[in-house]
Amino acid sequence: MGNAIELRNVTKTFGTIIANDDVTLTIREGEILSLLGENGSGKTTLMNMLSGIYFPDSGSIFVKGEQVEIRSPKDAYDLKIGMVHQHFKLIDVFTATENIALGTDKNSQGRFSLRSVKAKAREICERYGFDLNLDQKVYEMSVSQKQTLEIVKVLYRGADYLILDEPTAVLTPQEVEKLFAVIRNMKADGKSVVIITHKLKEVLEISDRVAIMRKGRFIGSVLTAEATEGSLTEMMVGEKVELNIARSTPSDVIKRIEVRNLSVINHEGLRVLTDINFDINGGEILGIAGISGNGQKELLESIAGLQRTISGTSIKYYPGENGEKELQLVGMNPRDIRNAGIHLAFVPEDRLGMGLVRSMGMDENMMLKTYDEGSSIITNRKLPREMAEQIKESLGVVTPSITTPVAQLSGGNVQKVLVGREISSDPTVIMTAYAVRGLDINTSYTIYRLLNEQKERGTAVVYVGEELDVLLELCDRILVLCGGRVSGIVDAREVTKEELGLLMTKYGGKEEG
Amino acid sequence: MKEPFVRIIRRRSDTFRHKVLVRFIAIVLALIVNAFFIYFVTGLNPVDVYVVMFRGTFGNVMRFSWAIRDMVTLLGIGIALAPAFKMRFWNIGAEGQVLMGGLATALIMVYCGNSLPTPVLFLVMIVASVAAGGIWGFIPAFFKSKWRTNETLFTLMMNYVAISIVSALTNYMRGQASSLGKLNMGTQAGWLPKFLGQSYNINILIIGILTVLIYLYLKYSKQGYEIAVIGESENTALYAGINVTRVRIRTMIISGAICGLVGFLIVSGRDQTISTNTAGGNGFTAIIVAWLAKFNTFYMALISFLLIFLTKGAAEIASAYALNDFAADIITAVILFFILGSEFFINYKLIFRGKGGDR
Repeated sequence: MGNAIELRNVTKTFGTIIANDDVTLTIREGEILSLLGENGSGKTTLMNMLSGIYFPDSGSIFVKGEQVEIRSPKDAYDLKIGMVHQHFKLIDVFTATENIALGTDKNSQGRFSLRSVKAKAREICERYGFDLNLDQKVYEMSVSQKQTLEIVKVLYRGADYLILDEPTAVLTPQEVEKLFAVIRNMKADGKSVVIITHKLKEVLEISDRVAIMRKGRFIGSVLTAEATEGSLTEMMVGEKVELNIARSTPSDVIKRIEVRNLSVINHEGLRVLTDINFDINGGEILGIAGISGNGQKELLESIAGLQRTISGTSIKYYPGENGEKELQLVGMNPRDIRNAGIHLAFVPEDRLGMGLVRSMGMDENMMLKTYDEGSSIITNRKLPREMAEQIKESLGVVTPSITTPVAQLSGGNVQKVLVGREISSDPTVIMTAYAVRGLDINTSYTIYRLLNEQKERGTAVVYVGEELDVLLELCDRILVLCGGRVSGIVDAREVTKEELGLLMTKYGGKEEG
Repeated sequence: MKEPFVRIIRRRSDTFRHKVLVRFIAIVLALIVNAFFIYFVTGLNPVDVYVVMFRGTFGNVMRFSWAIRDMVTLLGIGIALAPAFKMRFWNIGAEGQVLMGGLATALIMVYCGNSLPTPVLFLVMIVASVAAGGIWGFIPAFFKSKWRTNETLFTLMMNYVAISIVSALTNYMRGQASSLGKLNMGTQAGWLPKFLGQSYNINILIIGILTVLIYLYLKYSKQGYEIAVIGESENTALYAGINVTRVRIRTMIISGAICGLVGFLIVSGRDQTISTNTAGGNGFTAIIVAWLAKFNTFYMALISFLLIFLTKGAAEIASAYALNDFAADIITAVILFFILGSEFFINYKLIFRGKGGDR
């Protein structure tokens, strides 16, 4: 196999941040290359320089041995390089065909013809086994269909070198299998595919070769056949990381929240949760598993007072042992819940769009839930400042100052700020939605440790997660959601991964599409 | 790889000194470009023209006093808009809110001016103008909360409703007279008393106080914090337990009420009459003032002053050299262009080929 693309001594900086430091990387003809690295290791930046989004500060790029300059995505396409970005770049109100046609030149007769675009796109779909309705509008598509469309779009433009940025992050296991099948077909057709990822299992499953990045530097590449999960992790993080999550046996388990007959109908009038029944207990971690979009978000938001529920729903909070009467949470908003004396912490999925205020610093974000305390019309600035300093110190938040807008921090640090604030409210219940999504291994473990500490001090912890291995190692019980119903509540120490996977696709107890 | 000729990089930090320097250079460049225009198109001596322009505001004490008077009108409306804009509520209805406040003031001057004792009269005028502006702010906020109407269109159209109401009522009030003229000319009832020689000095005083108050309100109060959170993300506000509807309506009432108060100050302290031109487009210019200042009321004062300085200067040039207004407008437009354009160099920097080492 020859060298298709070579990057030599490429450096890219953003202000004072060195995203890529003297990287030399080779992509060979007809191979599937995994570009592996933690978050913020510079994988996407590096590939963006191939796809024409960024321009290197120094260094050179060779395609088929010839030095090239890639100044725009169009230059990249001319060199047969195409990239599918993590955030899709599609027009919602256009059909698949119209999106594919967008930005392409006239056909061979010098005319613009949607019909010929569609015919050619269909041919591509058939050739590689894509399952795509070319007349469907993008807003009607699932995430997986949108991704398929993005790949077809890139192939339509004649790309021989495909770069996929975290393609499996948003897919269900079945969809991942389908995607991998298609990638193998493309390889068989002689195309080179680069997959940016930090999921080791997938790296081992799909790729021929693995290139590892760490902190903006190229660490090395190995043949997948010669690699193991352990060896790759070591290259990726630089030091051996303890992969075991410490899990203690729950003690003094008491009922905190009792959910009965919870049903939710969303804005579009779709029933997203049906008749959910379960308890959340202090002193244990309840995992919630399920393919994303099966009602996890609505479930947590119903408890947090952010989601309207259908009448008949009961969510009761049990204040404690002192024989105090339980409280009905249905009908309360987050402030009512707070004013009722309930310390309910919630780490939402959308960290910057819901849990934090982007343009504010750590200090002002600390007071988001407490700013209205006291009778003064002026906010108290001193306490939040002290709290911010303390969280910065104890969780090692990397930020120039506590007044720097949190939107400027890296993903991991944003999450530390959010989790830090929620934990410091001394909660009796803490709910987290995808708390480690997009975080590097070290930060993920910090989060696991914090949640375990909470459990040990008697807090009821709810952990909505997507990685089954983590759910199995971290949680005590796991509730599985499928199609907005509970398809099972299992003991995390007993259940196997396969059993969980089965429950995740078992609609309402029956096997359905 | 060949470097591109020029690259644009976002500045990570900008010092105060840098900002001042960039703006200073911008003004110098604007004056140079204008000098070419003045010399080659009008044949005048640029330095003379600049001196005349400067005289528009600084020519004598009276002129300076008028400039400050006009500046605080603009500034007052800018201050009124700041809370709404900070909440990302597109209140472009300041013109109408000011008019309604002014109209309420005028009606009370005319119909109660001679029957109420002076302190009561002023109290009633203030309450009425604040209420009228507040209602004009409340309506679009209420509709948005209830039926998700678009506030940009709604507030814009409310301007025309206000203009029509003012037009109808001024016609009614003037009766057989050709124009409304100064209200209560004989008794001067409802005219703000002279302070340091001018009624409008009270306007300057009140708006000066408001500038400080709104600054503190937005920066330090709990309500100001709520406004900032909603402006950033409604979801975050809901998550924090903020009642978005209540805050939105409350903030728009405040915004409209301050506009109404400015209407009162214009009618009672400056014009002593009402017409559809009472707000004089300041309601729209103030939008620029508020956004350029990024809702900092002290910056708003600077920007209002600059805009008024340019307006006065242009008028002075036009009359002194018998130029048509367009020539004078070009001169002020060039200055504005450079000042606004300099924002780019405050936020970004250019790196030319071969200078890449300078990171």
